[in-house]
Amino acid sequence: MAENTVLKLSGLSKRFGSVVANDDVSLTLVKGEVLALLGENGAGKTTLMNMLFGHYLPDAGTVEVADANGVLHALPLGHPQAALAAGIGMVHQHFALAENINALDNITLGSEPLRSLKRNRAAARAKIDGIIERSGLKAPLDVPVGQLSVGERQRVEILKALYRDARILVLDEPTAVLTPQEADTLFSNIRSMITDGLSVIFISHKLREVLEFSDRIAVLRHGRKVGEMATTDADEAKIARMMVGADTPKVARQEMSPGAPVLSLKNVSVSGRSQRETLDNVSLTVNANEILGVAGISGNGQAGLAQLIAGLVQPSSGTIAVDDEDIPKPTPSRMVQAGVGRIPEDRHHEGIVGAMSVAENMVIERLDDPDIQSLGLLRREAIADNAVKLAQAYDVRGPGVDASARLLSGGNIQKLILARVFERAPRLILANQPTRGLDMGAAATVGRRLLEARARGAGIVLISEDLDEILGLADRIAVIRDGHLTEAPTNNREQIGLMMAGAAA
Amino acid sequence: MMDLLNILLSESFWAASLRIATPLIFGVLGALICERSGVLNLGIEGIFVVGAMCGWMTVWLGSGLWGGVLVAACAGALFGLLHAILTVPLGLSQHVSGLGITLFATSVSYFTYRTALPNVSSPPRIEPFQALDIPVLSDLPFLGPVLFQQTALTWLALLMVLLVWYVLQRTALGVAIKAVGDNPDSVDAQGLSVYGLRIGAIVAGSALMALGGAFLTMSAFDAFFFGMVNGRGWVCIALVIFASWRPGKALFGALLFGAFDALQVRLQTEMGALVPGQIFLMAPYILSIIALVIAARSADYPRALLTPWFKGQR
Repeated sequence: MAENTVLKLSGLSKRFGSVVANDDVSLTLVKGEVLALLGENGAGKTTLMNMLFGHYLPDAGTVEVADANGVLHALPLGHPQAALAAGIGMVHQHFALAENINALDNITLGSEPLRSLKRNRAAARAKIDGIIERSGLKAPLDVPVGQLSVGERQRVEILKALYRDARILVLDEPTAVLTPQEADTLFSNIRSMITDGLSVIFISHKLREVLEFSDRIAVLRHGRKVGEMATTDADEAKIARMMVGADTPKVARQEMSPGAPVLSLKNVSVSGRSQRETLDNVSLTVNANEILGVAGISGNGQAGLAQLIAGLVQPSSGTIAVDDEDIPKPTPSRMVQAGVGRIPEDRHHEGIVGAMSVAENMVIERLDDPDIQSLGLLRREAIADNAVKLAQAYDVRGPGVDASARLLSGGNIQKLILARVFERAPRLILANQPTRGLDMGAAATVGRRLLEARARGAGIVLISEDLDEILGLADRIAVIRDGHLTEAPTNNREQIGLMMAGAAA
Repeated sequence: MMDLLNILLSESFWAASLRIATPLIFGVLGALICERSGVLNLGIEGIFVVGAMCGWMTVWLGSGLWGGVLVAACAGALFGLLHAILTVPLGLSQHVSGLGITLFATSVSYFTYRTALPNVSSPPRIEPFQALDIPVLSDLPFLGPVLFQQTALTWLALLMVLLVWYVLQRTALGVAIKAVGDNPDSVDAQGLSVYGLRIGAIVAGSALMALGGAFLTMSAFDAFFFGMVNGRGWVCIALVIFASWRPGKALFGALLFGAFDALQVRLQTEMGALVPGQIFLMAPYILSIIALVIAARSADYPRALLTPWFKGQR
């Protein structure tokens, strides 16, 4: 066992200001194994891997890496160059690719001396072709990376690491942007690389893929390692308990019969500036007491659908009606007046005004309400009272309601938005990626609030790239692909995945 | 109409276009290198002045012409280094720093000139670069006078177009510069220095800009005047966008502007009685704006342009 250890992290700690990101974390990796690193958002997974790769300098602790002969050496910390030289490759969650150059150039970047006047592209290409053949990671090499699909970009990232002769591969949430099928392909590629002598650490919070594809699981919580187990000994409940530190309340969803239509789109097209904003002849109905889940790979028109319902774009053809009332020229204020509540995708930029206080953000959609202002002057006391009340009811935690909203954590910003939206008892709720980037506790709160609104009689459009979330909450599911919306079965993950990929109608 | 055709077909018109374009070629290439690495350098206007002053003064003090060119380039590089330190590791606003560099560099140049020559009314002259008379080639019809009677600095400018194109297109360094201007993380993740690449690009680009200034005092004219740069730096900033950050198109853009300018001078003499001269002076700028509006709609900006990057922050 000991001589098979390829990586040994001992006592790594890192603070950012007063926040402890990692506290005395130790971890070992054995040759040829797939280790899953699990934890909620903010548990310190990415920080730990960034220390390993030299992006961050740890405050304490050591990293040892085995050389090609299996002998452990201490790794100089804080230098990506040293980590690369020691055979560590990292695939970041946000791809570190230059989009204006092709895959070949991205892969060879930094491995050739900058002084030389000529490049040996033929040799580089031969080496990459060899790696592609062995690993099955296919990607076009001569097209600017900006034109590649997300899956292809990810393969380029892995090729980058393998080109540098990585023996240890770190993948940060590799499947976050992939369809279920692409994810399966990725993991089978990883399997074939393992037989080539590679060892893999992957970060995830999708329990399903962790259980299916890893050999061993390590769980982080609040920056500390709280558990480690062989995957064969693990099950979902056990891991979830370890991640959260307690049993998560399962979101209870009761069956309901849908009421009258709240939103109906008839043959609506939107000509957006890009594919992600374009809709092509979409018809859909959302009823009261109903959640419609919109699944799809990012960039297939979700933004267009969200902007349409929020009143940010005009349809180029077709009609949109809220509560059976046609809205000929939708604008944001007209949609809000018609009873639409919006939970935007980019909560930091579109959901709040960061420089304004939490209290002001809570009333920002009803500044014409006489409770909030009289004769154009804001009633500060009423605003403060409202904020204290809502912060309590929705459990918005932070430095206080007078503090700038940008000081809140992502989860608390989302709770602020929920408070603002739900207090107006909207007829229709547009929830665009409402739990992206939230930890399990905060995500469960969002789910519970959406179900409460449904029980109250609201219709909800839930746009999400997390299929598990949609399967757990939605009454009906539609798949968006290339701006088209297609009704999907509610219980067939496989078929929804194929529809997302455009493989079957 | 006949007159216009005569102008467009004359050798002197095209020779003048190339001559007017030369400082712009240096300037556009310099700005292009900076911006390809992700940093806008609005210090260009002041760096032109520095290059013009330093190049001229070095020769006036007794050095050879090429010595003047070298000193101009070094002075430009120095101001580039200042801009680089402010905008790259310190991450300050590239607009504010660049405009500050322009004001500072211009004032320092004038100050130095006035301190060295407190009591002259007409600026002292130097012996500038002469037309490079290449045997045989200079005698070619049309091409001879247009191409082969330019000064050595014009040839240097054309050579620089090739060099910059080759570096960006064919070398590992060029790939790294393009990558750092698109996504600095891609460079950092591969173990290259984001700061090093950007600082290097700004310093090299600024040295080129200064050569544009040096051309004015050492080739186009033979002395240093206040206000002689006259917005050429700003024109280069616009031409980079017109060129879509490509050296070949940069050459084309500079030539186009040079041709507009050469044309307006000639039209002014032909038609000066009918139209006020100021209209002709404005014409190249108006035409540039129109060309820019058309080209900029499809411009492919370096994605990381204007965005500072800090180590350890992802």
